[in-house]
Amino acid sequence: MPHLRENNTALISALRGLLPSESVLADAEDMRPFECDGLAVYRQLPMVVALPETVAQVQSILRLCHAHGVPVVARGAGTGLSGGALPLADGLLLSLAKFNRILNIDVHNAMATVQPGVRNLAISEAAAAYGMYYAPDPSSQIACTIGGNVAENSGGVHCLKYGLTVHNILMLKVVTMEGELLTIGAETLDSPGYDLLALMTGSEGMLGVIVEITVKLLAKPERAQVVLAAFDDVMKAGEAVGSIIAAGIIPAGLEMMDKLAIRAAEDFVHAGYPRDAEAILLCELDGTHAEVSEYILAVRNILTASGATEVRTAADEAERQLFWKGRKSAFPAVGRISPDYYCMDGTIPRRQLPHVLRRIGEMSAEYGLAVANVFHAGDGNLHPLILFDANKEGELHRTEEFGRSILRLCVEVGGTITGEHGVGVEKIDQMCVQFLSAELSQFHAVKAAFDPSGLLNPGKAVPTLRRCAEFGAMHVHHGQLPHPELERF
Amino acid sequence: MGGMDISTALQQQVLDAFHNGTPLNICGSGSKAFLGNASRGQAIDVTGHRGIVEYDPSELVLTVRSGTTLHEIEAALAEAGQMLAFEPPHFGEAATLGGTIACGLSGPRRPYCGSARDSVLGCKLINGRGEILRFGGQVMKNVAGYDVSRLMVGAHGTLGVMLELSLKVLPRPAASITVTRVCSAAGAVSSMSALLGKPLPVDGACFHGEQLYIRLSGSAQAVREARSKIAGGVLPDADNFWHALREHQLPFFKRNGALYRVMVKPATPPLNIEGTWLLDWGGAQRWLYSTEDPASLRHRIASVGGHVTAFRGGKQADEIFHPLPAPLLAIHQRIKASFDPKNIFNRGRLYAGL
Repeated sequence: MPHLRENNTALISALRGLLPSESVLADAEDMRPFECDGLAVYRQLPMVVALPETVAQVQSILRLCHAHGVPVVARGAGTGLSGGALPLADGLLLSLAKFNRILNIDVHNAMATVQPGVRNLAISEAAAAYGMYYAPDPSSQIACTIGGNVAENSGGVHCLKYGLTVHNILMLKVVTMEGELLTIGAETLDSPGYDLLALMTGSEGMLGVIVEITVKLLAKPERAQVVLAAFDDVMKAGEAVGSIIAAGIIPAGLEMMDKLAIRAAEDFVHAGYPRDAEAILLCELDGTHAEVSEYILAVRNILTASGATEVRTAADEAERQLFWKGRKSAFPAVGRISPDYYCMDGTIPRRQLPHVLRRIGEMSAEYGLAVANVFHAGDGNLHPLILFDANKEGELHRTEEFGRSILRLCVEVGGTITGEHGVGVEKIDQMCVQFLSAELSQFHAVKAAFDPSGLLNPGKAVPTLRRCAEFGAMHVHHGQLPHPELERF
Repeated sequence: MGGMDISTALQQQVLDAFHNGTPLNICGSGSKAFLGNASRGQAIDVTGHRGIVEYDPSELVLTVRSGTTLHEIEAALAEAGQMLAFEPPHFGEAATLGGTIACGLSGPRRPYCGSARDSVLGCKLINGRGEILRFGGQVMKNVAGYDVSRLMVGAHGTLGVMLELSLKVLPRPAASITVTRVCSAAGAVSSMSALLGKPLPVDGACFHGEQLYIRLSGSAQAVREARSKIAGGVLPDADNFWHALREHQLPFFKRNGALYRVMVKPATPPLNIEGTWLLDWGGAQRWLYSTEDPASLRHRIASVGGHVTAFRGGKQADEIFHPLPAPLLAIHQRIKASFDPKNIFNRGRLYAGL
């Protein structure tokens, strides 16, 4: 087999035979926009960038790379927060940006078929004409693509009621590393055989390249209303969340922000948040007119009984949008008050919230780094934003240490290291904390079932056992030493 | 919280089978033994592995051992005003959660509130090497590692012995009402399809014996409001109807002969195939008694983008489940080998060679 890895020029010229010349980028300057995703602390130029626009081109590119042993990293809009789309120096970066068409909206069957480069929000915008929408709405929905959403199993603020990406898609067309086109799932509510749709969702580009997606559409609720509650104590806000759910109400969205996040967001978008509150809750209820009225009343009573210092219902749609704008702008808002910030993504059982927030507060003091907490409170998904300055000697390192401690804490209380941002390169070592070596080996075996050559996004999402042994901080399960088959370093 | 943990004994039986290459037939109560290809191998009985491990209603998460009966689970949930959102069919008094999840069966609420698979958050299992592994967890959002727990749903026990399952549960709706009216099959399909585009609290839609049945559930206000928008009379004793539909106890299901489960896009017009039909899941899941040749039936359903399971009765066809295209079957075989390298679990139950 010719070693094109050592002869990039030959591979690039072969690619130019498959694609128009403007769709193959090999100059450093042209490739610069692809060197990182939303986790910009990791940067790497690929060997070459390809921008195909047909499925046949994707198949040809993958066949070529497969034949020559060149790894492939697929990329949507590059908004991911875990470095999942970080290029490899000796690899091809496959941008799906040109797959940007909505192929079909089937109102009668409540589904839409789209290409992977279509932006999340564009689906709902196109479906709006029929009174329908696509439910998962990650904060980056204006920019992030549906292909990336499937690869990461993206969530959003409405997951508790409407589920994650995995609950809202029906069918995928996927190209394997060998260039074979597969249909996974079906336009029907289930499909024969194993649930490969679940396996593909959140697989971080490790199993196949998604080239078409059929999503479910839902009827737009008649009305959505949001209640804002302020608390003088984060713990009280946490308890209020449990009380709402215990009352049998499933809010469409239930978000919490702490003081630092509230102030940053308020100063940025003037959402009308109370700047002196220790925590706020945003509780959105949706449904029919009467149903929403009924729930608003119940939720207001619960919030007041939980000790809220203020309970406010958005006066109109404009104010509702403004309340959400504050929340959805929390990340950039924090970006304004600190030179850099690092966004974590652990999920915990909700009842552990007081303990976890207290520990994060203590660690914040230990590491000397401030933390703003933004929390998908309804589903336990915590986004601590660690504030730091990368130009200060050692701060990034300390920040990463702090982040790792937070993730370890999430695992200790029965949670997970990532709720919706994915493992990517960022949390690969923490996978060793969450999983036993036999479990990691099972993941590798699943990958090999789809990608025997191991060329799709290698080195991401699932660590090698050797890496875990070197990492040292390992999962100790029932007092057994994990990875016993490996020598200690 | 009570029950019994026999995971060590189950693991030992799998380890022995792995070393000896003995095929194992994973058994719950046997309530769904009719579904799938004939079971072979030494029985490995999971019914003794039972009990609720953890349940905190305000977390909306339930963790149970797989041999726990649906009855026990549903009773515990009802006490806290909650339910399994996918409304699982039991098909027997002692039906276990493990069997239900392995078969991937969901009831009438499925198109509106999600499937068995949609409810699964985590799974502890024994793979074919006798290793006890955990995937997913007890939280709603978790993207660490591949979604192996949902892969177990509908795998018919071919990938492992499930030991524990964590499920998302939901509050029971405060009110529910069923509206019914006489209707043609074509009219029912278009009515049920139209409901998908309307923001109404529908959680069941079925067409059976010239009658369309629409179930509305939610807050008392929501149900009252929605009822006024749907033509038809109120069905008395509606719970019995949906229960009988879910459990295949309606007179429709008392026929002799082959019962097929036909999955199509919900708005697919009534198919001109000889036989007797019942439409559930808003038209997305259709039950058919037919004497048509199974191969030609499959071909016709596939031509409208659907698939068929030979669910119950009749002659055993060449395949019970809809055949897979060759490249997908190859991936299935590799996945099977990755979990169960010696092919000991439920050999051939799902597809020959799996």
